[in-house]
Amino acid sequence: MLRAGLSRKGLAKALAVLAGASILLAEAAQAATALLNVSYDPTRELYRAINPAFIADWKAKTGETIEIQASHAGSGAQARAVIDGLSADVVTLALAADIDAIVNKSGKITPDWQKKLPNNAAPYTSTIVFLVRKGNPKKIKNWDDLAKAGIAVVTPNPKTSGGARWNYLAAWGYGLEKFKGDEEKTKEFVKAIYKNAPVLDTGARGSTITFAQRGLGDVLITWENEAFLASEEFGKNKFEIVVPPASILAEPPVAVVDGNVDAKGTRAVAEAYLNFLYTPTAQAIIAKNYYRPAHPEFAAKEDLKRLPKLELFTVDKVFGGWAKAQKTHFADGGVFDEIQKQDAATK
Amino acid sequence: MSEAVAPSIGVPAPRSVTQEAPLTRWLLIGVAVGFLGLFLLLPLAVVFTEAFAKGAGAFFASFDEPDARAAIWLTLIVAAIVVPLNAAFGLCAAWSIAKFSFPGKSVLITLIDLPFSVSPVVSGLVYVLVFGAQGLLGPFLSAHGIQVVFAIPGIVLATIFVTFPFVARELIPLMQEQGTVEEEAALTLGASGFGTFLTVTLPNIKWGLLYGVLLANARAMGEFGAVSVVSGHIRGLTNTIPLQVEILYNEYNIVSAFALASLLAGLALVTLGLKTLLEWRYADQIAGRRRH
Amino acid sequence: MRPQNKMSASVAPAKKKARSFTAPSVIPGFGPTFGFTIFYLSLVVLFPLSMLVLRASELGLSGLFAVATEPRVAAALRTSFFISFAAAAIDVVFGLVAAWVLSRYEFPGRRFLDAIVDLPFALPTAVAGISLAALYSPNGWIGEPLADYDIKIAFTRWGILVALVFVGLPFVVRTVQPLIAEIDAELEEASATLGASRAQTVWRVLIPPLAPALLTGFALAFARSVGEYGSVIFIAGNLAYVSEIAPLLIIVKLEQFDYAGATGIATIMLAISFSVLLAINLIQAWSQKRFGHV
Repeated sequence: MLRAGLSRKGLAKALAVLAGASILLAEAAQAATALLNVSYDPTRELYRAINPAFIADWKAKTGETIEIQASHAGSGAQARAVIDGLSADVVTLALAADIDAIVNKSGKITPDWQKKLPNNAAPYTSTIVFLVRKGNPKKIKNWDDLAKAGIAVVTPNPKTSGGARWNYLAAWGYGLEKFKGDEEKTKEFVKAIYKNAPVLDTGARGSTITFAQRGLGDVLITWENEAFLASEEFGKNKFEIVVPPASILAEPPVAVVDGNVDAKGTRAVAEAYLNFLYTPTAQAIIAKNYYRPAHPEFAAKEDLKRLPKLELFTVDKVFGGWAKAQKTHFADGGVFDEIQKQDAATK
Repeated sequence: MSEAVAPSIGVPAPRSVTQEAPLTRWLLIGVAVGFLGLFLLLPLAVVFTEAFAKGAGAFFASFDEPDARAAIWLTLIVAAIVVPLNAAFGLCAAWSIAKFSFPGKSVLITLIDLPFSVSPVVSGLVYVLVFGAQGLLGPFLSAHGIQVVFAIPGIVLATIFVTFPFVARELIPLMQEQGTVEEEAALTLGASGFGTFLTVTLPNIKWGLLYGVLLANARAMGEFGAVSVVSGHIRGLTNTIPLQVEILYNEYNIVSAFALASLLAGLALVTLGLKTLLEWRYADQIAGRRRH
Repeated sequence: MRPQNKMSASVAPAKKKARSFTAPSVIPGFGPTFGFTIFYLSLVVLFPLSMLVLRASELGLSGLFAVATEPRVAAALRTSFFISFAAAAIDVVFGLVAAWVLSRYEFPGRRFLDAIVDLPFALPTAVAGISLAALYSPNGWIGEPLADYDIKIAFTRWGILVALVFVGLPFVVRTVQPLIAEIDAELEEASATLGASRAQTVWRVLIPPLAPALLTGFALAFARSVGEYGSVIFIAGNLAYVSEIAPLLIIVKLEQFDYAGATGIATIMLAISFSVLLAINLIQAWSQKRFGHV
């Protein structure tokens, strides 16, 4: 009997601690209006710079002190967390397909979200470039060079990483143009690139580490901002950024999570937060963090100079939108699966 | 350790019948040290090398970050809830399984083992399936404003799940090996049930219990996969140490990432301290028991 | 308060049932301890896992079969189970030696080595994966000299093996260690007195009682390795059909919001692991009855 008494005491104690902890948390949450921004991995530095600016701006306008909580992980995992109940006020994800998933699976965001904000709800864009080792010993200039034999390409797994899907679509889009719309030749081309990939990390940052720290591969395919950040972190004299003549226009979209802000009563501040991203202050910060601002006129000239001009094609134009691209290329049994299958057979 | 069993190497003493030949002994030590060195010491060395890559100042500065402190604090709270609960469970389970015989025992033991074989990814996912907005209890919970997943309760539940079998698994074989003779004797001599447990069983199983608790604690503090699924990754709020480590690493803040990780690696040193203390405290008993 | 009431409610019938359920014994406390065990097990493990199976059941048996036999899933399951088996086997051999040496011999650094055996549990799996990848990659402390002989470990199947040996090691060492400490010195002396050589004593007298614990250690290390994700993905190449593990496919399915497929793979893995664990536990129960020790 006493044995049970012991465990009961343990249980009661634990429950008390648990209750206490939740109360503490609840109190902390009530102390100030808190806005939860659920974002994807590479935007940490960006939002860390934007958040204080918005807090100051909001305080000046309303006198209210708010707190902004940040959550970063893979874009798809974050979308899933919001669907499963993470109480995000705003989502700032890597691709429209992930926000569409929230729309379709939980109804917490209205279907017209992309029309609610300017520029397809993308306050900043980016593109996909290459990072190579100092001096570019393998003379990599263009997507064609990635498909050559003897080149080791580092890129994350499109099945698990949003960024990797942009990489894949950029290569595909380039191929389509090169082969004048011949899907079969394009497929062979993209297959040749993935045949050169010795590792498929699960996330974009994983690939950067593999390339920069583990010393694997001749070229890393990555976000433009990530390439700048990596060469800054790991030493500018070790790597070079190579910008291909053509690449994809990556539009990471943002949206208010209607269901959550209405329940929490934070709609006003959430909408103000996203609108703030289009203001001169935020646009300047965006360019400083190596993203391409929606309004380049607000950015500092020296920041813009770092972002070279290249031919950019969109997902909508080349692939007929994200939903279609996702289904054709990345779903189970899609084109990427076929590529990997044949790839494994030849290895 | 009694002298007869653990002779000090290097002191040429007459070889006892319960010892291996010196050559065998050295060979075994070599194999063990080599293996542990390769698989444990080297990774540990990597952690500390990276943590101190930019000097002690940068190392200690890592712990001044409010987010890092919040993560440490949350990890301690979670372990403080989880470990006692699972220890209580482990004692109950071991007592009923080892001291009694009933049908279906193997199935019960296997069910207790089950959480080990569940992928950490899945151990988090199951709680999302139960408590998430799309889950079984989701609508009820959200109607009452209760947040389980993406908040502390979810982290606690996922941690309970992954550390569930540790204490029980450590105690069951030990208590089975020991049988019920000593307890029966004490009870026959008029000791109460709980008194018997305290004075007869507990001293017999204290090493197993200690191992179990230490392992459960280590795993509770170090769990990444399961917690990652249910945490929501909110900075300073729902990030445990392992999650904070991942965040820092992803921010290329490698020194801070490994500094926090070294805190968890340092748990092993706490283990060392505790065991040394206990061995010293109970030295007579241990030595005595070897020859009972 | 509610869980407590619930608990005593579940304790009472268990106790009643216990009368006929267990063999007669003078030891008290079966009812409450057994009741709490079942209650806690159901609440924390069985109920959530049943949700997993429920979600997977959306696929139906044929759907589940289709998932399991999909070539990519089948390849990943083979990779996971085969390499886990190999890793657990390595852990048993070296874990036994390590446990023996750590409990029986005195040498400089013994206590420290003993303490860091728990490292694989305490170190977040992601950190373990990153550290191992750093060691075994072509520019790492171990990877670099090996690269000279054209041996690649990181980002191949060998990398998975290394990570899984690391992850499973404490299970074997910590399961065997308490039993080594329990071995009666008199047994060894008696064996030696009766003329057995040291090797004979070890093989005939010392190892048999340890065998069940070794088997348990093997089972636990194996079970844990099969599901391991965090430490493996950093050091495996994650190439489909080559170095892709089953838990990674669960993530891939989740990434497509395919919960049924994800829980399907999870259920298949659960069923296989459960069978392996049950088989090992039954062997032990049988050996306990037959030989009188665990």
